Amino acid sequence: MKIIILGAGQVGRTAAYHLAREAANEVTVVDVNDELLRDLQDRLDIRTLVGSGTQPSVLEAAGARDADIFIALTNSDEVNMVACQIAWSLFNKDATRIARIRSADFTKHSKLFSSEDRAFAVDVPISPEQLVTDHVVQLINYPGALQVLDFADGRVRLVGVKATKGGALVGQQLKQLPTHIEGRDARVAAIYRGGHSIKPEGETVIEAGDEVFFIAARQDIRMVMNEMKRVEDPVRRIVIAGGGNIGFRLAQHLEEEHQVKLIERDPRRARKVSEQLSNTIVLSGDAADEELLLEENIDSADVFVAVTNAEEANILSAMLAKRLGCHKVMALINRPAYAELMQSGSIDIALSPQQVTIGSLLAHVRRGDVVRVHSLRRGAAEALEVIVHGVQGEGRVIGRKVENIPLPEGTTIGAIARGDQVLIAHHDTMIQRDDHVILFLTDRRHVEAVERLFDVPRRHAR
Amino acid sequence: MNFLTVQRILGLLLMVFSVTMLPPIGVALYFQDGHWQPFLDAFATLLILGAIVWFPARKCVRELRLRDGFLVVSLFWIVLSLAGAVPLWLSDRPDLTVTDAVFEAVSGFTTTGATVIVGIDDLPVSILYFRQQIQWLGGIGIVVLAVALLPMLGVGGMQLLKAESPRPAKDVRLTPRITETAKALWAIYLALTVLCAGGYWLAGMTPFDAIAHAFTTVSTGGHSTHDASMGYFDNVAVEIVASLFMFLGSVNFALHYFVLRHRRVTDYFSDPEFRAFFMLVVMLMVVTSGMLIVNNIYNPDVAIRTAVFQAISTQTGTGFFTTDYSLWPGALPVILLLATFISGSAGSTSGGMKVIRWLLIWKQGLREVQRLIHPSAEIPVRIGSKPVDWRIIDSVWGFFAAYIILFGVLMVAMMLTGADQVTAFSAIAACMTNYGIGLGEVASNFTSLSDFAKWLCVVAMLLGRLEIFPLLVIATPSFWRR
Repeated sequence: MKIIILGAGQVGRTAAYHLAREAANEVTVVDVNDELLRDLQDRLDIRTLVGSGTQPSVLEAAGARDADIFIALTNSDEVNMVACQIAWSLFNKDATRIARIRSADFTKHSKLFSSEDRAFAVDVPISPEQLVTDHVVQLINYPGALQVLDFADGRVRLVGVKATKGGALVGQQLKQLPTHIEGRDARVAAIYRGGHSIKPEGETVIEAGDEVFFIAARQDIRMVMNEMKRVEDPVRRIVIAGGGNIGFRLAQHLEEEHQVKLIERDPRRARKVSEQLSNTIVLSGDAADEELLLEENIDSADVFVAVTNAEEANILSAMLAKRLGCHKVMALINRPAYAELMQSGSIDIALSPQQVTIGSLLAHVRRGDVVRVHSLRRGAAEALEVIVHGVQGEGRVIGRKVENIPLPEGTTIGAIARGDQVLIAHHDTMIQRDDHVILFLTDRRHVEAVERLFDVPRRHAR
Repeated sequence: MNFLTVQRILGLLLMVFSVTMLPPIGVALYFQDGHWQPFLDAFATLLILGAIVWFPARKCVRELRLRDGFLVVSLFWIVLSLAGAVPLWLSDRPDLTVTDAVFEAVSGFTTTGATVIVGIDDLPVSILYFRQQIQWLGGIGIVVLAVALLPMLGVGGMQLLKAESPRPAKDVRLTPRITETAKALWAIYLALTVLCAGGYWLAGMTPFDAIAHAFTTVSTGGHSTHDASMGYFDNVAVEIVASLFMFLGSVNFALHYFVLRHRRVTDYFSDPEFRAFFMLVVMLMVVTSGMLIVNNIYNPDVAIRTAVFQAISTQTGTGFFTTDYSLWPGALPVILLLATFISGSAGSTSGGMKVIRWLLIWKQGLREVQRLIHPSAEIPVRIGSKPVDWRIIDSVWGFFAAYIILFGVLMVAMMLTGADQVTAFSAIAACMTNYGIGLGEVASNFTSLSDFAKWLCVVAMLLGRLEIFPLLVIATPSFWRR
């Protein structure tokens, strides 16, 4: 695929990194800052181009004429929209155009992007802030989960949990699971022990400390989670550090059902945020200020979420909150290296905005009819939702039992969404046409093999 | 440093390179010169050697860092030069010493075109073909070829390309993937070669001569299958074809690519480096023909024909000749030799210091003049309409200084071996600029130099071809420190 990315900011860089490491993609990154580009060019096998992404000449030089995917990720919504529109009007009309649109003001008017006579040729508006917010909200709704990922419009979920003593299944073989959750169904897709994946089989024993990924229907998630760890109380008190875009949205989402406090450093911003939130207590001050945290009863807070712009500040304030007695802390961390450092130790959950965002981009790059991609474990693993096309007897999937499908190593089929039904995959489940199959790949490098498996002779189903 | 990865790549490369011994065998069999044995031996030797180097490291697939890139590139050139010397050394016609064989191979790979062989016309056809083929492989860069052929280099390929040609201008990517870029460069190179061979053939060369000379024309190498070089043919049409393709070979290949893609020939003239190069060629033609006419060396028509050909051959750093120009009067031989220091465009097959660097230095000079007139003016150095980053200008000065210093050192070392000043200056100049023709004792070949002097030339050729820095980098202690 020929891909053009506008904007070499945090999101653009990660997108370029993830897309360029797949051999089939040819990536060109456009930005006005040549220093950023030079740095990027040194590390990735991509082409870079200095210039404004809204200029037709720049877009043409970047190869907009034959680009398959056009991703506008600059930090300005307006630039992204205009760039997509220009790419559509002047160049390739068949390309998929994805734009980063932060302001909910734009996205809530469907006329702008999705209707017949849309104003801007944006096929897929994405908002990293919104995605991160949704991600955090999910984690808060399922206390104890490390990851909660939606498939099939949220009817199926992939959940990652750290197994702890007290979970009913911990210390037992996996094949005991059905007897524990009488009448319900779930499938363990992957187990990570000490950073390495081990193959989940009937005889595999779950140990405390394992990171377990399982797939289940939405209504069964809580029950299965309880198998892996002691029941956690629902979250009530939440402290958010940072009143920026993410912090504000988060508070907005949570303030109805939870008790939310928001700490913002800039008094003016704090004032503004407080005017727009009704049930949240907005505090003006430093989130790493011990006095302030204690004063606001951090020791009885259930969750502390640090989502300021500065990741170092997020890490430090989260660590401080943890030490002061907060039950669970999350920090927004951009650098994968930092995230890795922190997640295993002093911070419970490292939120990675890129990882959350990249999945929604990857879904458009994949061959075959991949509707959803979630990138996991810093991009090493991937979860996919694929629609099965074709007719009976054609291809290697339709009409076959799960056990007979030649899946690459480390790949499991977790669940199948068929119409309104959710089926948890077992070795004898038969795959039918138009099923949504949910797969988990412990090794991203096998994605291509999976694509080939599900790809019917090329045609665009989109 | 990642020695195992480097070892693996070198082993692979040797094995791939051994394949280039097969065409000469074909040539030997076709022309029945009975001289296929050395190539077969060399093929087997290199293949086995490559396998031995590669085998222990075959599983070490790690990405190359910039540092590894320098090492790999330098080793590529050194190892392949030695490998290319193997069949020449094994052969009994010509019966070369190790030094001579290496000199000949390095001169080939670096597209210098200097030779230590006298009596080229009498050599077996397969050897003649092999000499031409080496130059062709070296032309656009052996590393570019490797990157195009070995996709597993990945990002490492980019580090290699960067290390091979430290371009003063911003490095132009033709396509997003480095492998594709390398392939595009080779496609252009191949197309030019085919056109050139066709042109020679139409101009009256035998098919063998046409192909052999096309190899060394587009690569601006200058090896010929005849002692008299292009003078052997004494044919205006041949000289016109040669001039055209030497010129095209010295134009930035990225520019060729863009002209082809946009289908606009005028793109050539909107490139500042091309314009400067074109001007230089024209000026050199005018000066040369003028001086030849004024001094009454030839009749005006012969003077212009000779001057045009020799000016292009020199400016592009090719080194074909139709006459012994070292016998020309006055400053002319030296002017021609100095022109090779400028040579062709960056990103082309020519040697020298490249037009773009001189252009930048020239503009810097102009800026200093402007500054003296307007002391507080802010005057950016521009190429075309684009201001040039000061870092690039810095690197040009650094390159210039290193070039001159190394040139001086090598020249003095050459004089210590007993060479006279003209010979020493011109030999090192001819080698370092990859031009290949000197003055004095080395006007037609380098046979009379001592062994040590030949090794100095080998170093000069490699330094010139790799634009100094990659070799210099691996010679610094801090490169090896962890």
